[in-house]
Amino acid sequence: MSAAASTDGEALLQVRDLRTYFPIKRGLLSRTVGYIKAVDGVSFEIKPGRTLGLVGESGCGKTTVGRSILRLVPPTSGSVTYRGNDFLAYRGEALRRIRRHMQIIFQDPVGSLNPRMRVGNIIGEPIQAHGIATGLKKNELVTSLLQRVGLDASDAHKYPHEFSGGQRQRIGIARALALSPDFIVCDEPVSALDVSIQSQILNLLADLRAERNIAYLFIAHNLAVVEHFSDEVAVMYLGRIVEKAPARQLYSNPKHPYTMALLSAAPEPDPRQKSARIVPGGEVPSPANPPSGCPFHPRCHITRQAAREVDANVPPDKSTIPLPVLDLRQTTEIESGGERFRVLSKCATQDPPLEPKGAPDHLSACWVIR
Amino acid sequence: MRWTPSSADNVMAQPLLELRGLRIAFDTDRGQIQPVQAVSFSIFPGQAMALVGESGCGKSVTALSILRLIPSPPGKVLDGQVLLQGRDLLQLSEKQMRSVRGKDIAMIFQEPMTSLNPVFTVGEQIVEAVKLHQRVDTRHARQIAEQAMHDVGIADPDKRLDEYPHRLSGGMRQRVMIAMALSCQPRLLIADEPTTALDVTIQAQILELLRNLRQERGMSILLITHDLGVVAGNADAVAVMYASKVVEYATVFDLFDSPQHPYTEGLFRAIPRLGRPGGRLATIAGTVPSPRRFPSGCKFHPRCPRMNGDPLCAQTEPALREVMPGHWAACHHVQGFAAKPITQPTIDFRRPAVPPVVEATQ
Repeated sequence: MSAAASTDGEALLQVRDLRTYFPIKRGLLSRTVGYIKAVDGVSFEIKPGRTLGLVGESGCGKTTVGRSILRLVPPTSGSVTYRGNDFLAYRGEALRRIRRHMQIIFQDPVGSLNPRMRVGNIIGEPIQAHGIATGLKKNELVTSLLQRVGLDASDAHKYPHEFSGGQRQRIGIARALALSPDFIVCDEPVSALDVSIQSQILNLLADLRAERNIAYLFIAHNLAVVEHFSDEVAVMYLGRIVEKAPARQLYSNPKHPYTMALLSAAPEPDPRQKSARIVPGGEVPSPANPPSGCPFHPRCHITRQAAREVDANVPPDKSTIPLPVLDLRQTTEIESGGERFRVLSKCATQDPPLEPKGAPDHLSACWVIR
Repeated sequence: MRWTPSSADNVMAQPLLELRGLRIAFDTDRGQIQPVQAVSFSIFPGQAMALVGESGCGKSVTALSILRLIPSPPGKVLDGQVLLQGRDLLQLSEKQMRSVRGKDIAMIFQEPMTSLNPVFTVGEQIVEAVKLHQRVDTRHARQIAEQAMHDVGIADPDKRLDEYPHRLSGGMRQRVMIAMALSCQPRLLIADEPTTALDVTIQAQILELLRNLRQERGMSILLITHDLGVVAGNADAVAVMYASKVVEYATVFDLFDSPQHPYTEGLFRAIPRLGRPGGRLATIAGTVPSPRRFPSGCKFHPRCPRMNGDPLCAQTEPALREVMPGHWAACHHVQGFAAKPITQPTIDFRRPAVPPVVEATQ
């Protein structure tokens, strides 16, 4: 909590220990035999006009975080506070009213627009439903929204299929803007778009943020896009945030082995590559059956390297990975991806807390890295 | 069209595959479209050649037409040659072509799940491919399949062969596809967006695998992708396609160091890069044109920052010219463009081996 000490005003959105579990049902009676912990204790806050980037590989829970916050998927436990009010406690009409302030932009600009509705209705319907404007007034609003996102007023009469992917994403943005929200979840808003279109959409979202003081939760798997767009970045792995820091700091000085691996594996548009790259072995484990201890330990290159040095009795002052505390100097053998490795015992048995490393606003969950 | 020899032609090596002036048309309800026009490039033994471009630029149609996998009708080849070691694949009978597919040239696709048959085990599918091209019995074919699975880094290949595709993860399925493609030792592997559906850490594993296979076997790769990061790390030569044409063709270093075409330049500027956050991104105005409504003249001119009202750009389509030795581009506004020679685009270049990956598994 200390990490989010307010420097520029109160948080718009506060998420505390959010958990979203999906039951696994088996057998004739569909008994619940276990849970997939899609989101497992996630906390963060976002200030007005600021952007938190959420990165991670498929299945890490980043999309579920976005949907749980908006209650499109009911969270299992935890709290979501919007402007100081407990959002999860809202019911009925009050919920409907507060929802206009929190919108979402989806990845798939085709699937998220009703193919039978004209663009004018897609954007105008929420305006009418929330009683903001009707008739001519509403049409004026739709026109100004279309123009703001770079479309033409006459586009209101067309159907979604008449537009290209980038234009459809603009329609999705116009719809999200229709109710003048101050918080928008952007779920992979540019990953379905071509490079030349992607930059247009990112610039549009950045302009809207500056103009209207909108806060974004920006979910994406492309690290460069997230770094470019976010003030702060959180890296998710198996339902948890494993590292969170101001964007520049996270990328220049990562403090979690998974972040290091992600950064190193990202293909950079430069034919003269960095000297050595880290590719984590194996694949992301199933969230239905997460590993014991640190969830990343079966793939972690740091714990393996450290274990090698401990086993070879490398003195602490000569080791490449200095171990901060003595209780780390024990190793154990694990199996991962059909092969056996030695890792630090603590990594395999105890779950590291998300705690400040170096700077108070740079959090990481790792036993080894200081 | 007649080609004069290129300045890079004095090297003795013969290209493995050469495309010359390929032009493909599709008949549609609303008239004929030409998604591939006058596409020429070559691939040398052991070379990785990347075909880059945005959706609808014609890169996948080009790849499919090399293997003659374009359904006809509605598709047809209007012009051009696809030469595999000098033999024009477009002239072969369907029976001859079947022995080329899989054996000389294999292909892997973006979505490995839809390319694998869900009702057969992985082993049955690889064995079938092996028996189709090699005179071996089932037992021997299974050994070959097992070896191929082992070569692509699948642990426990004997057990994995009996699994159905749905039991495997995305990265594992792509490995199986590669194993199947490799089982007949092709000389060219066409990889159509092989890692687009995969996560970055898995993508890095698959690209590393393809690099190793190329180095070990001298296999050539035609890599089709939209990701300039993947191109930078893996290609020797690059052809950039825009609206049905190759607009620039160069070695990976020449292309990234000094792009000549305004479209290539625009693409490089539009991508956010790690370690350089903030600020506005450069954009390319407008959208990619549909093959139904290609602009007149240079197809890039409505979006081009260099055009500046030049009527030449709007009227005359520039040919791909060798604007520097071994570097081709199609833009009237490259200095001295009109005087540059039109040559068969061919680049016999392989980059020095990239430094090995530090695997967590070491």
